[in-house]
Amino acid sequence: MRYRDYLARRLLTIIPAFIGLSILIFVIARVIPGDAARLALGPEATKDQVEQLRHEMGLDLPLHIQYIRYVEEVFHGKLGRSLYTHRDVAEDLAAYLPATLELTTVAMLLAVLVGVPLGVITAMRKDKWEDHGGRLYALSGVSIPRFWIGILLQLILAYRLGWLPTTGRFDGNLPPPAQITGFYLVDSLVSANWTALGITVRYLILPSFVLALSPIAQIMRVVRACMIEQVRKGYVLNAMANGMPQNLLVYKYMLKNAFIATLTIIGLLYGFFLAGAFVVESVFSWPGMARYGVRALIYKDFNAVVGVTLAVGLAYAIINFVIDVLYGYLDPRIRLGYKER
Amino acid sequence: MSSCLSVFVIYMTATTAVEATRPPYWGDRFEAQWEDTRRTLHRLRKSILSILGLALVLGLIFMAVFADRLAPYPDDIAAVHFNRSYAPPSAEHPFGCDEVGRDVLSRVIFGARISLVLGTVVLAIAISVGVPLGLIAGYVGGTANTVIMRLTDIFLSIPPLVLALAVSAILPPTLQNSIIAISFGWWPWYTRLVQGMVLSLKEELYVEAGRSLGAGTFYVVFKEILPNLLSILIIKATLDMGYAILTGAELGFLGLGVRPPNPEWGTMASEGRFHLPEKWWMTTFPGLAIFVTVLAFNLLGDGLRDAFDVELE
Repeated sequence: MRYRDYLARRLLTIIPAFIGLSILIFVIARVIPGDAARLALGPEATKDQVEQLRHEMGLDLPLHIQYIRYVEEVFHGKLGRSLYTHRDVAEDLAAYLPATLELTTVAMLLAVLVGVPLGVITAMRKDKWEDHGGRLYALSGVSIPRFWIGILLQLILAYRLGWLPTTGRFDGNLPPPAQITGFYLVDSLVSANWTALGITVRYLILPSFVLALSPIAQIMRVVRACMIEQVRKGYVLNAMANGMPQNLLVYKYMLKNAFIATLTIIGLLYGFFLAGAFVVESVFSWPGMARYGVRALIYKDFNAVVGVTLAVGLAYAIINFVIDVLYGYLDPRIRLGYKER
Repeated sequence: MSSCLSVFVIYMTATTAVEATRPPYWGDRFEAQWEDTRRTLHRLRKSILSILGLALVLGLIFMAVFADRLAPYPDDIAAVHFNRSYAPPSAEHPFGCDEVGRDVLSRVIFGARISLVLGTVVLAIAISVGVPLGLIAGYVGGTANTVIMRLTDIFLSIPPLVLALAVSAILPPTLQNSIIAISFGWWPWYTRLVQGMVLSLKEELYVEAGRSLGAGTFYVVFKEILPNLLSILIIKATLDMGYAILTGAELGFLGLGVRPPNPEWGTMASEGRFHLPEKWWMTTFPGLAIFVTVLAFNLLGDGLRDAFDVELE
């Protein structure tokens, strides 16, 4: 199979799944809740007013027509009006999405930068105390409720010790960095606003750490398993017999091979980050899409629910496709169409 | 129970009767299976962490079953005692009291019931939907495989927690609906796991041998393929038990799960949040209960994985 065909085949599974997801979410949001128009107008509205709004919102049409209309709107860049903010959901998402993407991306980088070295160390020190410590951390890291550790760290590091800010994304008394991309890290770097950069980093530390805690453990375990598997391979024995320095062998050759297998779990973990954002943003009052989503869920704001869910699905799909591209790029067996056996 | 017993009795009578005429390899097979189980148990016993996990899980089940006898103030699931509102941890109330004076320890003990029921039922639904679909997709193949796997892809294209949130938002907040919401995104993982394994297992020689001897589909799937999946399913279910409980707690924390005054751990931690930092015990102890519970299932699952000597990924 050629690289191009491989990518085409991946796209052919991702796109129908995404369309399926949009139908699923649309049906969930429209069929079961009862009356969106009634919810929008409140309990005092008369029956005629509700009927009027139902007609305006197209809720009296058959479901498949409603879906087609919705898709048409989507292609015009509209996702329907939010019952809560009274703006189009697309505008809301554009305002809230960068904060979430910034948080999840920083958390993902943190997880890889910490998890991979920890994995290498625990593999190299297999069955030594470092390995046992790593195992204990891995088991507790995936077991700890994110909201709980978030609250505890907030209480100790931010409230008691005052080292870090408790909630939010930026100091409310200062102007945020000039709006260019919406990513505060990028914006403050581009505009060379070092004060803003420092503040942004301080606000990012706690939420991204809480979000990365469990993925660090998961990446560590996968890298450890892959590295141990590499030790058994012939090329390692050959390199050692030829006197290759251990650090060079471990970090250049073995880690590269182990990292390819690690990529797959990173794609899966991005979904974990997006889901975790719903919890972490609520704990740290992070003004992102997930917190907007939680509010939409609680107020039964159905256009917003559909919008947020689709945005999460889309972000997840894009990241997984990027991972597939990288995977093929890093693994010549896929890139060059080598077939095993 | 009695039917189990009668089956056992019939089995024993039958096996004793057959004993004399039994072909030699039957005994060998039984011996081999017993030896296998014995080794697995031995490996499990040797790992301290897995034994700790098993002890914690048994302790939790005990706590859930006898909650009304163990809890010092069993009425505090719903009762109100304003005279001891916000009482800090003390000898009478080791975990303190909440805003309406309910004993947090008693509520944490009762919370084990909700969490264990939630985890068990979610897994029962996920397994009884996911595994048969995976068996069909993997064994039958063709159109059935395409339809089932494309359906699974849809559900897997979004993190389970997000799907659970969306579903729980449209249903009234009860334990039953939390279970439905979580199961909604949980079954496809079992379908995918089982389908993948069946695809490789059905190429095995013993399956081919069985088929060439005239074994029907039903026999091959249930007697030859499913038993080989069992250890992996047990491990996955043990680990997932913890994660399902964690997801339920997160739903509760976000206000979309079991509602107060039900003593659900996530909901309790969430309520306590508004009284931080002074009334730290209201959030700390329910959160600790979730942590210990999930950790217990992870320790046990990890130990089982080593004991059965299989790779899950």
